[in-house]
Order: sequence, then structure tokens, then C-alpha cells
Amino acid sequence: MKTTGVVTGIISNLVTIKFDGHVSENEICYVDLNGVKLMAEVIKVNGKNAFAQVYESTRGLRQGDKVEFDGHMLEAVLGPGLLSSSYDGLQNNLATMEDVFLKRGEYTAPLDHDKLWDFTPIAAPGDKVEAASWLGEVKEGWLPHKIMVPFAFKGTYTVKSVAPAGQYKIDDAIATLTDAKGNDVKVTMVQKWPVKVAVGGYKEKPRPYKIMETHVRTIDTFNPIAEGGTGFIPGPFGCGKTVLQHAIARQGDAEVIVMAACGERANEVVEIFKEFPELVDPNTGRKLIERTTIICNTSNMPVAAREASVYTAMTICEYYRAMGLKVLLLADSTSRWAQALREMSNRMEELPGADAFPVDLSSIISNFYSRAGIVKLNNGETGSVTFIGTVSPAGGNLKEPVTESTKKAARCFYALEQARADSKRYPAVNPLDSYSKYLEYPEIVEYLDKKVRPGWVADVMRAKVIVRRGKEMAEQINILGDDGVPLSYHETFWKSELIDYVILQQDAFDPVDSQCLMERQDYILTEVLKVCDRKFDFETFEEYGKFFKELINVFRQMNYTPWKSEQFYNYSEKLNNILSNGNN
Amino acid sequence: MATTNAFARTYIQLDSITKATVSLHAEGISNDELASVAGRLAQVVKIKGDTVTLQVFAGTEGIPTNAEVKFFGEAPSLEVSEELSGRFFDAYGNPIDGGPRVQGEKRFIGGPSVNPYKRQQPSQLIPTGIAGIDLNNTLVTGQKIPFFADPDQPYNQVMAQVALRADVDKIILGGMGLSNDDYLYFKQAFEAAGALNKIISFVNTTEQPPVERLLIPDMVLTAAEYFAVDKHEKVLVLLTDMTLYADALCIVSNRMDQIPSKDSMPGSLYSDLAKIYEKAVQLPDGGSITIIAVTTLNDGDITHAIPDNTGYITEGQLFLRMDTDTGKVIIDPFRSLSRLKQLVQGKKTREDHSAVMNTSVRLYADAANAKTKLENGFDLSDYDKRCLEYAKEYSVKLLAIDVNLTIDEMLDTAWGLFRKYFSKTETGIKESLTAKYWKD
Repeated sequence: MKTTGVVTGIISNLVTIKFDGHVSENEICYVDLNGVKLMAEVIKVNGKNAFAQVYESTRGLRQGDKVEFDGHMLEAVLGPGLLSSSYDGLQNNLATMEDVFLKRGEYTAPLDHDKLWDFTPIAAPGDKVEAASWLGEVKEGWLPHKIMVPFAFKGTYTVKSVAPAGQYKIDDAIATLTDAKGNDVKVTMVQKWPVKVAVGGYKEKPRPYKIMETHVRTIDTFNPIAEGGTGFIPGPFGCGKTVLQHAIARQGDAEVIVMAACGERANEVVEIFKEFPELVDPNTGRKLIERTTIICNTSNMPVAAREASVYTAMTICEYYRAMGLKVLLLADSTSRWAQALREMSNRMEELPGADAFPVDLSSIISNFYSRAGIVKLNNGETGSVTFIGTVSPAGGNLKEPVTESTKKAARCFYALEQARADSKRYPAVNPLDSYSKYLEYPEIVEYLDKKVRPGWVADVMRAKVIVRRGKEMAEQINILGDDGVPLSYHETFWKSELIDYVILQQDAFDPVDSQCLMERQDYILTEVLKVCDRKFDFETFEEYGKFFKELINVFRQMNYTPWKSEQFYNYSEKLNNILSNGNN
Repeated sequence: MATTNAFARTYIQLDSITKATVSLHAEGISNDELASVAGRLAQVVKIKGDTVTLQVFAGTEGIPTNAEVKFFGEAPSLEVSEELSGRFFDAYGNPIDGGPRVQGEKRFIGGPSVNPYKRQQPSQLIPTGIAGIDLNNTLVTGQKIPFFADPDQPYNQVMAQVALRADVDKIILGGMGLSNDDYLYFKQAFEAAGALNKIISFVNTTEQPPVERLLIPDMVLTAAEYFAVDKHEKVLVLLTDMTLYADALCIVSNRMDQIPSKDSMPGSLYSDLAKIYEKAVQLPDGGSITIIAVTTLNDGDITHAIPDNTGYITEGQLFLRMDTDTGKVIIDPFRSLSRLKQLVQGKKTREDHSAVMNTSVRLYADAANAKTKLENGFDLSDYDKRCLEYAKEYSVKLLAIDVNLTIDEMLDTAWGLFRKYFSKTETGIKESLTAKYWKD
């Protein structure tokens, strides 16, 4: 028998419900509004009163309206067909909704239940299996999608039978397992998992030891993110957070990408809807949409579902990770998620923490970031979830609760800076404030020196020092004047400008420059450092400026030409000419 | 607003009264429902047990504890039809121009959102003749963008000018806390342009109660959705001043004892503003809603919660300021941004558009640095001096709000300035473009 209740109070999307029987924290319930069922989640229980956040507008809801509790938490539906789909925060399929406007109480199935999938068995009768063990495989586009023992299964099972290769629907049983007590259980291609609980089913979670390439120079060269690592991008509005995230989504070296548009602009998601089916994944040559799942709960969609959206996205990522895949999760923006928490906490009249955010904000954020990671599966394969979130600090001030809490949880920090954005130095990542903790991991250094070239990390560090010194020189020049400082100050300043213009700045809208492969990043850094290692002997500071501006111009023109094309070599030739004419 | 009294239930005992709200015991009341308290319109904002709290739009001055409260059983609505065209209304949708009530289909205001999957990508340029907008921050149909301006800037004039030059089917003005002078200005500007038949106005002036303003954006957008969705028209919505709208939100949440967040604003400010701005949309069958708003600032401070949250929601902002070097009001190229500009720049405009825009702004930034050097008493290099000269001419010929040029003319003007003050290398523009447009 399901627990039922009646509405006793309403403030915006928070309802209080008087219930009979038992309810659990985070249990899903449905409020009946003249026959339309509005989904809600229990967030607090006090005696026989439950407080629930409704995932929809509560307009028209009355005191006394009936509520039915569902007996489980908010769950994601996991199975073949997740890729290329567009969901709202509760995993309703947006593409199968008919009306132009979102209708209250319209919940659409996340997966196609009629589609036939080509199934190939992996497990054989007699195999011992447990949660997340691979039973078989279907081709989801190009991707080998593993059909697994549901994550919720506890203990060890013996495979009794596996369906032969052939075409099946997701609800067809593809295996029968026998549990320790001898009971048979059928397994289909679809399973459910509560989104707020981390998916387990792996052997260990080592420290990240590889790099996830983004082909964005300021990240890969200067502050690389590890595969299975975490990073965040805070920045005031207008500094290019979304452009940077989209660039990573387009170019990131991952097999599966989940984008959670959490409380942001709808037109930005439309851009993905329109462009990803057209754009080609540089890593596989297939359309980007084939490796992408979009979770879209834009700023005007219900606030409570916004909070759910990041968890839904993470659960889908963990599902693909359990198949041994390299998954990248991008969430834009985690601040909107935090604000959703704040709105509810406020309506529940909880004692507020800093800036009226709930006091447990920091632990909620770090708990979420901890779900990322590279894992060794029980069968020896590896899978990973790399997570990059954006943060929208109020007033652009990084000393606010969401940024501070995230800084504790994430290992890479890409600080977008207003001053850089104002002078159109995009991406506006401040090279000195930003960091990647992974560059301190010996295993990462070793990996990079092997993958790129020996001595790579040392060279990167050298470039960072030049940028830092260049900034100091620029300050001196500003204080003392161009003539008031030794010429060597100008030389150092211009060397740092060279690094800035040629390596750190990158045109996200140019088809060539936007995608800089590691090999090319190596070439650019090497060539730029060759210039930086030289000592120049110009007579006046103007000559330094003129020389370096010309150099920067040629380097940048080269960045716009296809790698190793004829034009590319022409510019490289031109560079050599300038450098051999420059005095030394 | 339609207020059918047929099913109204009446109560006559109030439990509590604040400046903006009243509470009473009532049963079977629905959330968001419209009511009247002593003849003033009110809306249900909270139900707790059998205690119902109502927000009284016109304020509660003089309301007695035995005021008559009537519940209408449904949310606020607007009657929509073609008859709305050319009319002026108050915050409740009642005519204030002496004309008859509008007959039409009843629509609840503050309705649902468009399914993001059904949206189209904005792709139609809205030319305004102002280079600070068209050249540097191009507007696109379906976009939402505010003017950020100090109260002494002529933002309403600029907005009216933009609206009247824009090629759209309907212009819907939402005036919140509009001074009577500005209201008359808009009325006159629209009349003078002979454009009254395509304009609809919903106005709350400073003479009227502030909480009434909360209805204005929803009224305006309900009308806008009627023309854009039902009639497939290109609708331009003007909202001025959103800062005063947010102030009204602040008053209500304060009266309801909500815990304030930054700058005493309600914690839900972001969602509240997003609900309005996200109504901007490009629909699949050609209709669109474009929103141009005004957010007044306090001494240029964009870190205040209102402009800050706005900036995170809107697709850019147009920052108005006085350029003291030239005495012109300009659209500040550093602090302004149109996020959708790349959807049309170089696609609907000439191929050199984005390169010219970036270069002209970068050189203007170099001029700003040179100016700092000058102010600090340092010698200027030849390049610095050229930058300063360039900046003045750039400001007058392109950034000032009083220019009226086609986009090609703007681009040619910019090339002219590059040629006059700089070498090709100094501009750093791709050679394929200089070869074509740099005319010696």
C-alpha cells in the first residue's frame, strides 16, 4: 500500500503534506492537481508533516489536494539510447514532447522502448557476476554499450543463461541470474538508479595519472586537467565561461560527453542542439551529437528540477564509466544549482549560512565533485569521469561561498578575469592565478614527459615564470615609465606578451585555431621558448615593441593556418627570417 | 485583468496586515489565485494550514481588519486579441487611454516556458544604425539584452530610438516606475514616428504603488507571446526600469519575512529575473520575442545583485556612459557585449565584421593605456599618441549614440581610421582581409 497524504501548505514550490503511514527522506511523491500529477521530492519530515519541493509550478494547487508517495527516490533510467538524447533535469525526453510550451505534469520516457538493438553476449552460463559486471553488449551508434548486472544487485550471482546474439528491445530479458539462495532473477537492458547516490561497482579509484586533452592551449599546456580529474571555471559574466565550456565539449578527448545546462540561458543550449548534430568530433570523425547527452534545465525551468539536473547528469556519466569508457561531464553552472539549494533552504526557514546559502553547501559540493574519478573496474578495465563545472560568482567576486566551497573540492582552477576579457584576450583565463594541482603529481609529470616529449613539464614551468616576471615588469614600466626602466625590463615584458598572444590566447571561433592538438602545442611552446631563450640587444624600447609585435603577428597568422600546410611552412620561414634579422 | 465575480467567495476578517500583504483564514484557496481586498487587487502568495497570505498590489494603506476579501478562483490573466495594438494599459491591463476594454481570449499571465528543444537558433539581425550596437554588439531577434546605465544617462531615449528603427511587427513597452515625464516622452516619440498602431504599452508610473510593477513584465510578455506564437510576428519588448522591478520584489519578500541574500535582495532574484528574460525566444514558425531592458546602476556599479544577476541571465549588456574626452554619450565597448553577435557577424554582414570589431576595440584599449600613462605624467610613444587620436575619432564617428549608419558604412569608417593612424602590422588583421579592404 502506498503512503498517501494531503496538502496543508504552499509557499511557491514548497508544499507541506500531512501523510499517513511512512515516508522516506528524498522520496518522490505526486501531488494531484485536478488530475494532473505534479512530481515532488520530500526534503524534510517533521512528525506527520512532510515538506516536499515540487518540480513544477504550484499555481492553482489547493490545501487538501491529494498526494501519493512513490516509495523510491528520484531515479535515472539507464540503458542504450541515452546518447544523442536531450533531457530536462528529471530525465524527461524533451524531443518527444509535442507542444511548443512545456506542460505541467507531462513526463516523457527517457528511452525508446520499441527500438531494437543488436545484442551480443559477453557473459556465459556459469560465470560468477556481481553488480556492474558486463553481461553483453549492444552497439549504440559506434559505441560498445555494455549491458550490465544492475548496480542495485547485492552480492554474487551465477549466470544461468544469456540471450543469444540478436535483436532485442530494452525491456526484453537478456539474461537470467541465480542468486546465492538459488532464486532466479531476469535482467533486461534497462536499469534504474537513485541519482543522489554514487554508483559503485568498481575495484579501486586510483589517483589520476593521465591527461584529458581539450586542445585548448591555456589548459593543456599551462594547466592540464587529468582524466578522471576535477576542475572548475569561475568568472564574472561576459568573460567567456560558456564559450570555453563549449570548446571543451566540442574538442575534449572523451568518448562520452554529458552536458548539464543547469539554470543557464536556453539559447546556449539551442546552440548545442543545432550545432552538435552538424559538427564532427575531431577524435572519431563522427558527429558530435553521437557521443553527447544533454541535460537541459534552463534558468526559467522549475528550480527544484535544476538541483536534480546535475545529479541526473552525474549518474549517466557513472553508468558509462562502468562500461570502461572515458566520460566528460560539463556543468554550467554549479552556482545556479547552489542557488536552487538556497531558495529551498530559505523557504524551509532554515538558519542560513554565508550569503543566505545553506550551511552544508560546502559538503554538498565536495560530495558531488568526489563522484568524478578514474576507476579500475572489477574486470581490470578502466573508466573515468572527468568533471568540469563553471561557477558564476556574484559580482565577479571570488570570495563568495560557492567559489570558496568549490575551490576546496576541485583540483584545477581556471580563473576567468574581467581585465583579460575587457582587452579581448580570450580565453580570459588568468595564467597566474589559475592552477592545476595535477602538475604536482609525479605520475602526471612522468606521463606528460612521455606523451609529449622529455622535459615538457619543465618547459611549461619555465614559460610560467616568464609570464609572471613579465607581469612584474609591466607593473614597473607602468609605475616608472617606459624610459624609467632598463631595456631588459622591456625585453622580459615582451617575451611574456609573446607567450600570452601566441599560446594563451586562442580563437574559439576559428576552425583551425580553436583546435590545437598536443603535437602542435608542443611545436608552439618550443618555438616560443626558443625566442624567449635569446638575448636581444635593441637600442630603444620602441624597437623591442616593434620587433615583438611583428613576431607576434606572424606567430598568430601561423596559428590560423592548418597544421603543416604550405602556408604554415611559409610563416615558419618568415619567422626564421625575422629572427635571423633581429640583432643578438 | 479579467475579474469575473461569479464564483467569488467572500471573507471579512483579516488576521494580519503588513505594508504589502494581508493574511486571513480561508479555505479551498488555490496558490497564485487572484483576489480583491477592499476593492484592491491581490494575489495568493502563501498558504499555511487555513491561513492564506495575499500580496496586495496597490499597498495596504488604510485597509481595515474587516475589509472585504473576495477570491476569484484563478490566477491573474489578460484578454488578448489584435485590439491590443496601439493601446495604453495600466499594470492590471485596464485601458488608461480612454479607449474601450479589449475583448479577446483570456490568457493567464506568467505562463509556462517554451520547451528549449523547440526553440530555434536566433539568426536575424536587428539593425539600429548605432555603431556601438550594430558594429560592436550586434542585436539578433530572440535575444534579451539590457542597457546598463546610471540614472542620468538618456537610456529611455536611446531605447525608444532603437525600437523605432528596428524592423519589427510589434513593440510592447513595459514601464515600471516610469516617471510621468518619461511616460509622456515615450507616448510622444511613438506618435511622432507614426508608429502607434504597432505599439502596445503597459505602464506603472512613479505615481502608482510599487508592488503593482510586479505585474508589468508578465502582462507585457503574455501580450508578446500572443503576437509571436499565435500570429507569428516579430515582437520587440521594452522593459524599463528592471531595477525598480527588483526593488518591488525586495519589498514583498521583506514583508514576508524571507531571509535576504546579497544587497537585501531575495534569494530567488536570479530565478525571478530569468523567468522574465527567458521569454525571449525565436520560434520555429518565424515569430520571435526580443527583449531590450533597462537596468539602472548606482554609479556604474555592476557588482550590485540586480545588474549582476541580470548579466548572468541576459545575452550581453549595452553599457551607456559619457565619454568625457569627446562629450558624447557612447556605448562603452569594453563593458558592453552581445553574446549572440557571432550568429550574424560575418554571416549576415560583411566577412570583415568581426575582425574589424575586435581590432577597433583592441586599439581603443591601447588608447586607454596610453591615457593612463599620460595621466601618470609619462612620455608617450609615437604609437601611444596615434592611439589617442584614433580613440577620439573612433568615439565620435562610431561609439556615440547619435550616429546613424548602415553596417557597411560603419566597417568602411573603421578601415578608414585604421589606415589613417596605423600600419597593417599594428592592426594584426588577417592578411586575406587587409588585401581586400585596406585601400591605400
